[in-house]
Amino acid sequence: MAYESYVLVCGGTACCSGGGTTVVEAFKKELEAAGLKDKVQVVVTGCLGFCEQGPIVKILPQGTFYVQVKAEDVKEIVAEHLVKGRVVQRLCYDPEQAKKLVAEANIPFYQKQYRIVLRNCGIIDPEKIEDYIARDGYKAIEKVLFEMTPEQVVEEILKSGLRGRGGAGFPTGMKWKFAQQQPKGQKYMVCNADEGDPGAYMDRSTLEGDPHSILEAMTIAGYAIGASKGFIYIRAEYPLAIERLQIAIKQAHELGLLGDDILGSGFSFDIELRFGAGAFVCGEETALLQSIEGNRGMPKPRPPFPAVKGLWGRPTVINNVETLANIPVIINKGADWFNKIGTATTKGTKVFALTGKVNNSGLIEVPMGTTLREIIFDIGGGIRGGHQFKAAQTGGPSGGIIPPQFLDTPIDYESLAKIGSIMGSGGLIVMDETDCVVDIAKFYLDFTVDESCGKCAPCRIGGRKLLNYLNKITDGRGTEDDIKQLEAISDAMCKASLCGLGQTASNPVKSTLKYFMDEYMEHIKDKKCRAGKCSKLIQYKIDPAKCKGCTMCARKCPAAAISGTVKQPHAIDQTKCIKCGQCEQTCKFGAISHG
Amino acid sequence: MSKKLETMTPELRAFIEEWKAKPGNLIMVLHRVQQTYGYIPREIAIETSKILDVPLAKIYGVITFYNFFRLQKAGKYNVQVCLGTACYLRGGDDIIKEFERQLGVGLNATTDDGMFSVEAVRCLGCCGLAPVAVINGEVHGKLSSKDVTGIIKQYRDRG
Repeated sequence: MAYESYVLVCGGTACCSGGGTTVVEAFKKELEAAGLKDKVQVVVTGCLGFCEQGPIVKILPQGTFYVQVKAEDVKEIVAEHLVKGRVVQRLCYDPEQAKKLVAEANIPFYQKQYRIVLRNCGIIDPEKIEDYIARDGYKAIEKVLFEMTPEQVVEEILKSGLRGRGGAGFPTGMKWKFAQQQPKGQKYMVCNADEGDPGAYMDRSTLEGDPHSILEAMTIAGYAIGASKGFIYIRAEYPLAIERLQIAIKQAHELGLLGDDILGSGFSFDIELRFGAGAFVCGEETALLQSIEGNRGMPKPRPPFPAVKGLWGRPTVINNVETLANIPVIINKGADWFNKIGTATTKGTKVFALTGKVNNSGLIEVPMGTTLREIIFDIGGGIRGGHQFKAAQTGGPSGGIIPPQFLDTPIDYESLAKIGSIMGSGGLIVMDETDCVVDIAKFYLDFTVDESCGKCAPCRIGGRKLLNYLNKITDGRGTEDDIKQLEAISDAMCKASLCGLGQTASNPVKSTLKYFMDEYMEHIKDKKCRAGKCSKLIQYKIDPAKCKGCTMCARKCPAAAISGTVKQPHAIDQTKCIKCGQCEQTCKFGAISHG
Repeated sequence: MSKKLETMTPELRAFIEEWKAKPGNLIMVLHRVQQTYGYIPREIAIETSKILDVPLAKIYGVITFYNFFRLQKAGKYNVQVCLGTACYLRGGDDIIKEFERQLGVGLNATTDDGMFSVEAVRCLGCCGLAPVAVINGEVHGKLSSKDVTGIIKQYRDRG
């Protein structure tokens, strides 16, 4: 029996924890009470992407898009919208323009997006294989198994121009070809779902919202390279994604889409989950394989490449989640169709986790070649709180910082590399003038130093040295010679490190030195941090004209650095001040400021 | 104070036996150990080493390599504050400092009454809610230092 309406409730992590689960319960209860249980179906979907405004509820067939829905609001939505057919204006994205913006297509956040990877996220129930099949799911595997040879599959992927979305952008078809050309025998297909970049959650959302697409893609890859076994290496920190994958694997087995003799074709393929345990370096191919084998995740020199000698010494292909999510679509719609999207060197789309000081943070997917300006200002709705755009950061700890003059660069692998950053896995973090670039470089270095496995000296020692120099500069003890040291060590790490982690760890330092040298010099020469982030360089001052001599600050100061008599302006002894900022918070007259 | 020694539960033993023959089983087994006890007790690590016939040194090599595995028991309520980039930019470290101050413990330590422990964690993947803290699986988003008192009280009251 067909339903008259559908209530889609976002079941992504951000919405769930923002109260989405109680909203689902409330809908079920209210629909039952209103006698609509058989007419309206409640579907818990994958991430709709607009995390900033969650929990999100979408009503079909009208396509009405409600934001920040609470369990208390559900009664009204059921009574007004589902019973009487009237839109609840106050829950629409922008109440003033509610008439225009009720549908998702009219919200600026969605207008410039183009969804291939996230095609099913937010539309299907990720825990139902039938939903995936209804949206052309498992059609590609059927086509591959019965109409194509493994060579043709590899050829199609090569022709599509798809490149690895894990960061480096190696052509996916080439990887497959290398593995295919290896002598027959045990081969492995591995999905890298160890999304470790701070500030990135593209893969998590794909796995949570559309797990079957990854299973289908892995099976296609397995057929192409001649592997009968696949592993998904997934972070243990992603329990919801793990649960949904386990359900998906079970369902695929039940329908004969995984396991022995898939669809009666004679091809057998099975998938197992392996959990990561919180090591960033395991995103590196050879380290990831070590981890699946149950060892410390330390990288190995390449060559031999995993496609020749990988898991337990056998040929292995490792693809990232986002790369794989493209595969079934390419098979269904053809390489020529995919090839038309994107730029000359980079085809298809890219998913970004847009976060930081931007109004609409969330998960977005845009065609390659979209500019940063379109992403940050059109989709992201500009900078929060009326602040100024200072820089964007792509590629996480391995990427660079991009200053305002490059806002109009069309995004692809080559253009980002040219301006000193990388595509990376898709974290896109926006910064405003209250963020200090030296502090940001330090933040990323701190991360890579912590995550360096310690196997090779350039990364182990170089990273630590870089961090020490940065600490010196933000503490106000920096000299101009330190800049030369930073540059020399960065270069050495780049050239001599064993794996991608060490080779790229200095990118945040190099790019900030390149574009924000004036701020480094301010820290060194003027002992000043213009963003007010580096606490050792901040001075708290009392404005004598505004100070009423109430003595509140002097009593609060834990270091007894403030002196003065009642009703007379007070003063701060800078040698005693520990820059805790309590005086500024305490002052009722706004007489204390820092800079 | 002498510590109570943990004993291996029958379920855990069955799990390890089941995985024993599979290559690359160690990390999956350690995940199960931590799931059972909340950390990896030394006596269990020793027993695991015997069942799997893997040197204890290798087991500790793996445990200490990965951030996820812990060698000490967490508090009844484990406060995990996210320090991913988005949370850091929106003040995640202020949230950590406030938890440390109010609970009187440092990072990765547990309060004397065993109620709370504070941990800084890597990106939890809900950057839209930054800054975020997760306490025993419950997510608290869009936090400010002012919210900390209320959150601690909420869990204290649960006992």
